[in-house]
Amino acid sequence: MNILIELVEVLVFPGLAFLVVYALFCEWVDRRAYARLQNRWGPPWFQPFADLIKLAAKEDVVPAGADRAFFTVLPIFDVAAVACAFLYIPVFGARAVFSFSGDIIVVAYLLSLPTLILFLAGWYSNNAFSVLGSMRTVTQLLAYEVPLLLAILGPAMLAGSWSVSDAAVFMRTHPALLPLNVIGFLVSLIALQGKLERVPFDIPEAETEIVAGTFTEYSGRRLALFRLATDMEMVVGAALIANLFLGGTAPVGPVPGFILFLAETLFVVLLLSWIRATCARIRIEQMVAFCWRYLVPAALVQVLIFVVVKGWWLA
Amino acid sequence: MARETARHLLKRPATVLYPFQRLTLPAGFRGRPALDTEKCTGCRICERDCPAGAITMVQMAEKVLRPGFFYDRCAFCAQCSESCPKDAITMTDEYELAAFDRQSLYGAPAMPRPKDPEIAKGKAAGAPARGA
Amino acid sequence: MRIPVGPQHPALKEPAHFLFTVDGEVVKDVELRLGYNHRGIEKACESRSYIKCLYLIERICGICSHSHTTCFAQGVEEILGLQIPPRATYIRTIVAELERIHSHLLWVGVAGHEVGFDTLFMYTWRDREVVQDVLEDISGNRVNYAINTIGGVRRDLDRRQIDDMLAAMDVLEARTRYYQKVATTESTFVGRCQGVGVLPTDVARRLCAVGPMARASGVPYDVRRDDPYAAYADMPFDVISVDMCDILGRAVVRVLELYESYKIVRHALKNLPDGPILAKAPRKVPAGEAVAKYEAPRGEDIHYIRANGTEMPERVKVRAPTLANMPSVIESLKGGYVADIPITIASVDPCFSCTDRVVVLRDAGRGDERVMRWEDLQSYAARWHAR
Repeated sequence: MNILIELVEVLVFPGLAFLVVYALFCEWVDRRAYARLQNRWGPPWFQPFADLIKLAAKEDVVPAGADRAFFTVLPIFDVAAVACAFLYIPVFGARAVFSFSGDIIVVAYLLSLPTLILFLAGWYSNNAFSVLGSMRTVTQLLAYEVPLLLAILGPAMLAGSWSVSDAAVFMRTHPALLPLNVIGFLVSLIALQGKLERVPFDIPEAETEIVAGTFTEYSGRRLALFRLATDMEMVVGAALIANLFLGGTAPVGPVPGFILFLAETLFVVLLLSWIRATCARIRIEQMVAFCWRYLVPAALVQVLIFVVVKGWWLA
Repeated sequence: MARETARHLLKRPATVLYPFQRLTLPAGFRGRPALDTEKCTGCRICERDCPAGAITMVQMAEKVLRPGFFYDRCAFCAQCSESCPKDAITMTDEYELAAFDRQSLYGAPAMPRPKDPEIAKGKAAGAPARGA
Repeated sequence: MRIPVGPQHPALKEPAHFLFTVDGEVVKDVELRLGYNHRGIEKACESRSYIKCLYLIERICGICSHSHTTCFAQGVEEILGLQIPPRATYIRTIVAELERIHSHLLWVGVAGHEVGFDTLFMYTWRDREVVQDVLEDISGNRVNYAINTIGGVRRDLDRRQIDDMLAAMDVLEARTRYYQKVATTESTFVGRCQGVGVLPTDVARRLCAVGPMARASGVPYDVRRDDPYAAYADMPFDVISVDMCDILGRAVVRVLELYESYKIVRHALKNLPDGPILAKAPRKVPAGEAVAKYEAPRGEDIHYIRANGTEMPERVKVRAPTLANMPSVIESLKGGYVADIPITIASVDPCFSCTDRVVVLRDAGRGDERVMRWEDLQSYAARWHAR
């Protein structure tokens, strides 16, 4: 019986099925907000779903000279990695589906896996544009990963635990600490935009420069899976930020807490759309410079604040 | 820039939702050229001046020559309208001319009304045109 | 590593082939191949009457269509020795400046799109609709206005159109202030454009750059002032020239030229002389030749026309501004980053449709190349098809 419940939790709610549906919904919210900010209408609610179906129905071409095994397996790995990461983030109720001490490292690793997968996808495509995209992806990883991890570290440090669920529980039971976390919130928001490779950080996939970067040779079902994985990554990142910086599912019972969780993740997605609409794409060396010159010091300041808070206030 | 984009969330989008909404066209819009077959004298100036070669004269009856328009070649430049000494060609405001079949994009000229009913009746009955 | 950009590439609106030799992200060398848009327009003109040629020449390019027709009409009118009425010159000037406005607003949007700034693209093209609606109102079409004819213009302006245009200029000027602020202060945009695609002044002069490309590198050449045509001798305006020599300079030049265009249009509308709009031109043009120059939105446009007494021209040659700017583009691409390729190519406001007039054939096996003139290509084709 227990196994059955867990299976439903992993596969349906709040696991894979919910993640896929919510990812498509968030993609629609993002595209609609982006369009409205640009004085346009934007697509109808079923557009991301229709795009997925259309892509899946198209011919799937593997270029000669590309590694067929990698080509097929990498999109599946991408979806799997992101879906697994979601299982460790609280969505319904106080704690996540699974949690153990140290799962922050697991989540961070699982969220870095897509970057490595994108690198391999471009590398094995046998195309000059894809190779350029791969190299840019990895260079970008060196820029945003450190600030993101430092920002996530703050609440974990306060909670004195290596578990996302523990940190989330701690932050939601001490709402007075949330305003102290503002720097961390902003740093993680910008770093998440970099991880998701959206403007101003969509350098690895710069349409006007290198066609589609890593995805240049992908089509059909494989491309559909990659796009779905990107949407899911946005939801997972937003969920992580919502839990650690915005209070997550508040201690008001599971269903109202879930509604609050949805509201917080949508708020994060809207902020990401706003950033996307307001900036131009920057160059890779400008991005690395920006991250190491501004984001990392800001994240360090945040960590310092928490060290002081922990030592002084909570001691 | 951030303020400007945020401001637009409250504005109505600028897009016109064609085909559910259509823009009003100005008076001088150059759409499909239309022939007033009564005014036309068959002088062939339009055929000569059309830059796209979209006009071909059609012999409709004895001494009756009228232009036929190939709308799939027409550039909608209105030179025919301008060159016509009798103002027989006007540019309408029709622009939705897409078709599945090339033949349907040919505008055949209409037969003009007979000029003098007596002569027409006389010709039809086989009597000589004048004299007796 | 050699990266091809084109003929099909999202950065290029029209096909061209650039072959870049890169070392990591730095561009070391560029080879350019044009000709994908060659349509045989110059040859086609030789078998059409002058009035038909006008429409063919108009379709060399959609964005600078009025430039080409005005230049051609001016050339033919010079051979004819025809003085066109002043009202016609004013209307030609007004439409010319409206075309410049729509072209520069289009460019700001395209430049935004090339650096990933789609919001700027959407905003500028939305505001460009104001100009497009005005042009549709006065000429009947949004592009390919066909307002010119040999001897003058085809349509007149009435009071309501003049008032609408003056109101439109006010709206556009307010929006242009906003775009000026964005182009000069928006940090992500400036960061992508400053110090990029540098073309020093002496190189610009040596490679004969024209238009905003040259004026942004401190070469203040503008046909409207240096060799006035139409009604420009009566118009008060400044030639915008800066010393920045980079893409930001070209953006600044184009935005400031928008203000000058509003000034010219307002002045022309308020001082529109009365009178006819057309001087009757004969169908047969006596033997003679003329060179006509025009300041298109992209630079100096030159038309050469030779007439031989018949209804059809003997030879028409079009030198579009983008062709003159191509060597400058290649120079400004070398030493830059791969990421800067689209914005550098876009900064010259390329119009490959205007450009293609000559064919260069390169042997894929041996690597040598030959340039074919039109007569050579003609006789070669005749021999080939006769086999």
